Order: sequence, then structure tokens, then C-alpha cells
Amino acid sequence: MLTAVLALSGLALVFGLSLGYAAIRFRVEGDPLVEKIDALLPQTQCGQCGFPGCRPYASAIASGEADINQCPPGGETTILALADLLDRDPKPLNPDNGAIKPKTLAVIDEQRCIGCTLCIQACPVDAIVGAAKQMHTVVAAECTGCDLCRPPCPVDCIEMVPVQQDIRTWKWPFPEQKTAEHAR
Amino acid sequence: MSLTDAARRLFRGGVHPEQHKAESTHTPIGSADMPERLLLPLHQHIGEPAEALFAPGDRVLKGQTIARANGYVSAPLHAPTSGTVLGIGEHPVPHPSGLVAPCMVIEPDGEDRWIDHAGHDDYASIDPVALRNIIREAGIVGLGGAGFPTYIKLNPGHHKPIETLILNGAECEPYITCDDMLMRERAAGIVSGLAIVRHALQAKEALIGIEENKPEAIAAMRAAVAGLEGVRVVPVPTIYPAGDSKLLSRILTGKEIPSNKLSAHVGITCVNVGTTYAVHRAIAHGEPLLSRIVTVTGGAVAQPRNLETLLGTPMDALLRQCGTRMAAIDRLIMGGPMMGIALHRADLPVIKTTNCVLAAAAAELLPQRPAMPCIRCGACSDACPMNLLPQQLYWHARNKDLDKVQKFDLFDCIECGACSYVCPSNIPLVQYFRYAKGDIWIQEREKEKAQLARRRHDARQARIEREKAEREAKRQQKKAALDAASARERAQAEAQSARQRAEERRDVAMQQVQKQRTVPAEGTEPAATEKNEKNRAAD
Repeated sequence: MLTAVLALSGLALVFGLSLGYAAIRFRVEGDPLVEKIDALLPQTQCGQCGFPGCRPYASAIASGEADINQCPPGGETTILALADLLDRDPKPLNPDNGAIKPKTLAVIDEQRCIGCTLCIQACPVDAIVGAAKQMHTVVAAECTGCDLCRPPCPVDCIEMVPVQQDIRTWKWPFPEQKTAEHAR
Repeated sequence: MSLTDAARRLFRGGVHPEQHKAESTHTPIGSADMPERLLLPLHQHIGEPAEALFAPGDRVLKGQTIARANGYVSAPLHAPTSGTVLGIGEHPVPHPSGLVAPCMVIEPDGEDRWIDHAGHDDYASIDPVALRNIIREAGIVGLGGAGFPTYIKLNPGHHKPIETLILNGAECEPYITCDDMLMRERAAGIVSGLAIVRHALQAKEALIGIEENKPEAIAAMRAAVAGLEGVRVVPVPTIYPAGDSKLLSRILTGKEIPSNKLSAHVGITCVNVGTTYAVHRAIAHGEPLLSRIVTVTGGAVAQPRNLETLLGTPMDALLRQCGTRMAAIDRLIMGGPMMGIALHRADLPVIKTTNCVLAAAAAELLPQRPAMPCIRCGACSDACPMNLLPQQLYWHARNKDLDKVQKFDLFDCIECGACSYVCPSNIPLVQYFRYAKGDIWIQEREKEKAQLARRRHDARQARIEREKAEREAKRQQKKAALDAASARERAQAEAQSARQRAEERRDVAMQQVQKQRTVPAEGTEPAATEKNEKNRAAD
């Protein structure tokens, strides 16, 4: 009787100590779930989800404040990926947050730009170059098409242009049509 | 056991489509007529598009570099003949998308005047690095169809040394005979190029794989390599797709190339015979890649044959030269019927990878019948030469499950089309695989772009924070300075006021003293009084 009690207490003590040690030694800084969610978001930093950027939205999802269907730039792919990660049911995009639009790039009409720097301050990824009273221009390779630079422009010289498809971005289409008709 | 038997044993799957090769091998290689205009796409290879070096109106000489390679994986472009640059603009190019791409248009002047060029008599005295550079500057890319810059292939880099050089003369696609005719007629040039490539790679042995259905080519190549040590011509079984480089490497050497690895990983490099011939022209004659041999064939072509064609020649000019009834063309294909790409117009230019222009008459090729549901017969798995499970890949690709298709080794698919060819339900399996591959690439690219955006956003946030902190620090400093200054001022002011007060007090005191002096003027001043008294006494 006593041996059993002692043995079990001993085991409990050993396990308790090792678990306690592990909790300190292998402590995870920050919330790994936020990182994982953030990795799935498109990083346009557009704020259409209602949060000031992708990471705040990721932490809002992790804490249950926001739903997974508030990211229009990510579209269906992002919703499915988030549903997969968080083991929730996928749902259609919340129309309050906007609609899924084709990818765009901001283009500044350089003739009309007055060099006010307001768009430079608005760009979340520093994709606009220029200086006060100097013409501004968008670095196309860095632009995420978030549309945040357009509203502050006092002369409306910024336009969102759909990304043109060329040979290098073209991909084979999905050959569904014919099959689906005949499968029925 | 001969290598041929071993190859037969190592071959798995494959199909036997109708050959249709005899039609275009009756006539020797001819040369295509000089067209009125040459349309040269700047992107004829895998990698970055070339960068144009001339402006409209400039005159160019034959062999002059008209566009330079842009980056490591890229290839320059040369003027196929002398003439004037008419313009650089977007034109339709032979591509499955049917989209336009930047092209340079050259109007030949008919003189065909060469730029100064000279070959090297003794390639063996040239350093392999220099050889690779000559091949790079000559704009040579894989002429078998892939268009991968050849000089990169010839750079073994930090891989293990290349033991086996494989020369691909299998040409397994139906209809195409350009490599066959090249081997029959220009075997000596091919073997010279083979020796150069072997020297560049320092490869121990060279194997020339030719399908058994080309006895003339095998005989010509055997005669050309006679006496060369370590070079063997190996007839390989006539099974489509024996000419795929991965498959040919496997059946000739028995070595399997690991998933996602290049053949160089197992010490093999595979080069097409046409490419080797181009290497020979570049080294021995100093000629860059200006032309290639194109098979013009198909039911609508009256005289199917092979033509040595300048790059940029419109395909309709070639077809007309071979007496094609343009109205009879049902399907126009660049390449073969199995892997070629359908073209929707005939005025597209011949590019470096155009091995065949196939103008099929109605009902000549298998009609594109509507797809029926999969009956799980497994014929596709039997036909797959890469040991994949096309049926499984199909399910997952159809459900757009991009993780699963990768688990079933989608990227080992060589897109040979054997599975689609045997499918009794006419399911366009390869199209699903191409779609899935494209989707995965796009997602990867988007992920990369998102990473970049994240980095830039984080950097911006950090900068804003830093600037804020700096501003705050500056403000604090200023405040401190201001405080110090005001303290000093206050001290000074205090001192001042103290001084003032002191002065005032002194003034007051002085005034009092003066008052005291003036009030008792007749009596209080002892000295004066004494004086006065003295004066009075003296009086």
C-alpha cells in the first residue's frame, strides 16, 4: 500500500517537475496561430477586412473577433485555406467587406501629379516613390493593388489598372466545361 | 545483352500512335524561300526575354546580335539575314495562349550580307568556359522543343561530374522528321558538335539514342562515329515517348533521375541532335543560331518535306512553299500531334523551338470527342511511362486539390499525353495536369509576392515606429534644453533682479546718506564745523 502511494507520488512529482521545466524551457513567444493565419493572408494591407492590415486581422481571427470571410483580395482561396487551418466550415465572402475583383495595379498619371506626397504616406508597402513637389510614380513590382493611395489624391491622378495577362503569366485553363456537361 | 535490349526492358508504358513519318522523308532537306518580312519574338527560349538592341530604321547584318540575353537564364537573338529593322512591337507568337508578345520585325534587303565572323579550327584547345561563352553568345537553346539555354546545360557546376552525354535523336513524335533528316544528311556536323559538347562537359562516354524506325539515320550516324572512342549509337525501341530526355536517360543508362532533380544530378546530360549541330556551326564556323530545320507536313500539305528555315519566317510562307491548300487545313499545330500546340492563325513566325508545322486535314487526327466520365479502367496508368497514376492525379486536379496532386508527383509528369491518348472516355488528362501545374506556379508566385509585401509593410511599420521614437526623443531633448535654458534665464533674471534690488537699496542708502548730509548742513559735519569755527576764530 505505502509502496504504491510512494511510487505514484514520486512519479507525479517527477512528471510535474519535468512538465514545469518544459513549460519554461520551451516557452513559445507570441501566438503561433497568428503567424500561421498571417501567412495565408495576401498581405495587400488594404484594410478591407476592417482591421488596419493583415496581421491585425490575423490576430482578430485567432482571438475569435473576426470571421474568416472578410478578405476580398484573398478571395475563395484564402477562405478555403483559413477554413482548412482553423477546422471551420468555409463560407462565402462577406459582401460588407467588398467584392472579389481582378488583380489591379495603381498607375499615377504623371502629367497631373502635383507632388503632394499624400499617396506616398498612404501606401502600406512603400511602393510609391517621389518627393514633395516632384512627380510621383508607382513601382509596379511592389504594388499590391490595395487601392489605399487613390482616396487621398487631391487631383485624382491615380487609377487602378487591371493586371494585363501576357505570355509569362498565362496559364492553362481548367478543362471542366465539356466534361461536366457530359457527366450529367 | 545489347543496350537496345536493355532499353526495351527498361521501357515501361508508352503508346504506338501512327507514325506518318515517311511522307516528309522522300525529299532531301531544302531551304525555305526568303520571306518579305521576318518576325522575331524576343522570347523564344525558357527564361527572361532578350533585350532589343536596335531601333526602327537601323540596318543590321546577318548574324549581328539584335537582342542581348537578359540575365543568366536567357539567350541572345541574331539577325537571320541583313536588312532593316522595321519596328519592335507586340505581335501574335506561337504560344498556346494565342497572346501577343514583343517582336522585332526585319525587312530583308536581299543581299544576305554577313557580319565578320570566324570559327575555331581546334575546339580542343579552347577552355570549356570559353566554349560555353561562345555557345551562349551564339544564342543556342534546346532545339528539341524545350528551348532551354544550352550553355547552362553544358555547365556542370557543383553537381557531380557528367559521366554520360546522351545525344537525343529518338524523335518519337509522329510526323516530325527534322532530326531524322539532319542525321541522314549532316551526320558529320552532328558528331563534330557532339565532340565539342563532350569536351565542354568533360564527359567520359557519349550515347546516341535513335529510334529503330530510322535505319538510314542510324547507319549514317554509325558511319560518322566510326573510330571515335567512347561514342556509341544505340537504337532504342520505337515507342512514344522514347524521345523524352528523362525517359531516354533512363532507358539508355538504367539511371532514374530523382523527382525535382535535373539529369546532371545522376551524371547525365541530354542534348538534342539539332542543338549539337548548331553548336558545331557556332564553334567551327562562328555562326550564331539563325535558322533551323522545320518539318512541314500533314494531310493538307501537297509536298511534305523538311526545310532549313530562317528564324522569323512566317509559317504560312512555309506552307505555301510546300503546296498547301490553306482552305483544307483543319488543325494547324506547331510540333507533333501528341505534344504540339494548336495555332489559331497561320502567319505566326518560326521560332527556335519550331520543329514541325503540321497542317492536318479534316479527320486526319483523332477528333476531339467530348469527354465521358472516368470508368477507372486504369489504362492511363499502364500507358504512363513515368510510373505515375494519372487517374488519381485527375481526380485531385479536377477537385483543384493542389496539395494532393503534388503528393501524387504531378511534377514528374512529362506531359507526353500517352494517358489522354489511351483514355477510352476521351478525358483530356494532360490538360488537367497542365492546369494544375500552372495553378501551383501561380500560387507560389503569389505567395512570394505576399512575402515581399509583408517584408515591405513590416519595414515600413518599423520605420514609422522608429521615426516616431526619434521625434519623441528629439522633443524630449528640446524640452530638456528649453528647461535648462529657462532655468538659466530664471537664474539670470533672479541675479539681475537681485542686482537691481541691491542697486536700488544702495541708491536708497546713498540718497539717505546725501539727505543726511544736506539736512544737517550747518552743524552736523564736524570737519566743516571745525573749519568754520577755525575760520571764525581766525577772523
